[in-house]
Amino acid sequence: MSAILIIEQVLNGLQFGVMLFLMAAGLTLIFGVMGLINLAHGSLYMVGAFAAAAVAGATGSFLLGLVAALAAAALAGTLIEVVVIRRLYAAPHLDQVLATFALILVFSEGTRWIFGSFPLFLEIPDALSGPVTLPGGIEYPLYRLTLIGIGLVIAVGLWALIERTRIGIQIRAGENDREMIAALGVDISRLYTLIFALGAALAGLAGALVGAIQSVQVGMGEPVLILAFVVIVIGGIGSIRGAFIGALLVGLTDTLGGVFLPEVFKLFMEPGAAQKSGAAIASMGIYVLMGCVLVWRPTGLFGARP
Amino acid sequence: MKKLLLAAAAASICAAPAVAEVKVGMITTLSGGGAGLGIDVRDGFMLAIAQSGRDDIDVVIEDDQRKPDIAVQLSDKMIQSERVDVLTGIIWSNLAMAVVPAAVNQDVFYLSPNAGPSPLAGKGCNKNYFNVAWQNDNLHEAAGAYANTAGYTNSFILAPNYPAGTDALTGYKRFFEGDLAGEIYTKLGQTDYAAEIAQIRASGADSVFFFLPGGMGISFLKQYADSGIDLPVVGPAFSFDQGILQAVGGAALGVVNTSQWNKDIDNPTNAAFVESFQAEYGRLPSLYASQGFDTANLLLSALESASPSDADAFREALRAADFDSTRGDFAFGPNHHPIQTIYAREVIQEGDVFTNKIIGTALEKHSDAYAADCKM
Repeated sequence: MSAILIIEQVLNGLQFGVMLFLMAAGLTLIFGVMGLINLAHGSLYMVGAFAAAAVAGATGSFLLGLVAALAAAALAGTLIEVVVIRRLYAAPHLDQVLATFALILVFSEGTRWIFGSFPLFLEIPDALSGPVTLPGGIEYPLYRLTLIGIGLVIAVGLWALIERTRIGIQIRAGENDREMIAALGVDISRLYTLIFALGAALAGLAGALVGAIQSVQVGMGEPVLILAFVVIVIGGIGSIRGAFIGALLVGLTDTLGGVFLPEVFKLFMEPGAAQKSGAAIASMGIYVLMGCVLVWRPTGLFGARP
Repeated sequence: MKKLLLAAAAASICAAPAVAEVKVGMITTLSGGGAGLGIDVRDGFMLAIAQSGRDDIDVVIEDDQRKPDIAVQLSDKMIQSERVDVLTGIIWSNLAMAVVPAAVNQDVFYLSPNAGPSPLAGKGCNKNYFNVAWQNDNLHEAAGAYANTAGYTNSFILAPNYPAGTDALTGYKRFFEGDLAGEIYTKLGQTDYAAEIAQIRASGADSVFFFLPGGMGISFLKQYADSGIDLPVVGPAFSFDQGILQAVGGAALGVVNTSQWNKDIDNPTNAAFVESFQAEYGRLPSLYASQGFDTANLLLSALESASPSDADAFREALRAADFDSTRGDFAFGPNHHPIQTIYAREVIQEGDVFTNKIIGTALEKHSDAYAADCKM
């Protein structure tokens, strides 16, 4: 268990974390400001990945693919907000869950109808492919470092948006008291559409960025969605800072747990069994983390204190 | 009077079917991440049925969505409601283990075009169960044999944690004579392999063997190619089939994988199959398509000499396996699994298309490790 391996795994955990943050940020804004549980967020992730794969495949430019992913996801988000979500703000959470779950099915079948059932090809641009040597002799893929960079830039950008702009003030006020800002003359429906589209764009970007190193296929968004929910519960609903810290915690716990728990088990078990049981327990790691955080802070790390 | 009417009605219902029809139930995965495999099996199977020119075979196709509980429901429906004579189609070993034992015990024949879990080849073998593809371990055993001839002595091996994954690593270890630099069971459906790749880098291995079908394999290959680790990769065809290669692209070039079938196996049946598949569906067939095709032709050959209603005769006809396979000669072993040659093939690029080319033979006339446990 060398230092190089540990550092590489920490970087892996960070990269996983910042990508989760892109998903969780949109989800927490939507849940925090609009009080809406949006299960279709994973489908927006998938839409972004497919748009990027389609455009990058047609034009050969990964950058154009990313732009297409942002645009397609934002458009899809705006569309479903205006057509479906708008009717759900006053509805009980169960209705929202049912409606957005239906959206998942519509998006999945629609994507399969347009693109077929086989996974699509999306690859890392040549400029970002291959490993770079970091100080200390660690070889790490350049693309994953880029993902960490992009995630951090977006985190800073979102912070600036929330803390330093007018829209940000409206968002923070809306999280606090929805009726009051409506009474104060803010156009709520436009604000909500904007937030939804922003969240969707972030999800689509995450889908495109991660799709380049994973498989662009129907149903790729649902596992990430579940993790994103865990992140926002840990971080506190409505808090971008919470989503960021929560995402990093989940990313690091999952990655480092999966690597080190089997090693710990190997101290008193034979390797094959240690590997299997360690991996099994590690896969529960983030949920155990969530449980512990909730015991300590029931509304999440940065959630509203009762 | 009432009794007479009732008896007449009952008699007319029972006398209904005049045309002898064979009903085949196909339960396969047509949606979700693993859909490519089921679609290929279905397309290969239906191509053979269409080419036979017979109109008395009714194939009912349903999607199991890769969920064992849905597969069991579909199998119950097909056996009890549709009254199928033959069941086929299941891709995944965990679904096969849920469906097959119950089905064959209800006197339904099961012809597997893909999943070949070890229990069904050994202790759990059944006279009504036939596997046309392979026993799960076979392609992995061949990979182990190839690794020996290629001179690898320290392999890092990984597979997902489910029956076929366990069979994969067991099969490789059975034939590979070197040491293991590492052995990992990943999560089924896992998409990020950064942690595993970091461990490979730190392990000092001289080769990597992995079994990751479908989207998992695509993710792993892309991430592995980008990591800069230059170790040679060996695997079974499941991670390098025609469907996956188009999504992975250049990241897979040069990888050696083992398969019982490739499009360049030189016999007339295979040449005709590849050509007609491409003409009909607009894409190159994968090994799954060839397995579906062979399963249908096995069924058709058995139907030439017997009907499923005479179970013993039909079973003997199936055992005889008197059909032209895309692999050349085809024969079943005593446990109803094929005894066949397994080739080593390399991923190459032909113009715009990524595909495989046979570079050698890994195992010849290979049975499986569980045949001795089968007491049929």
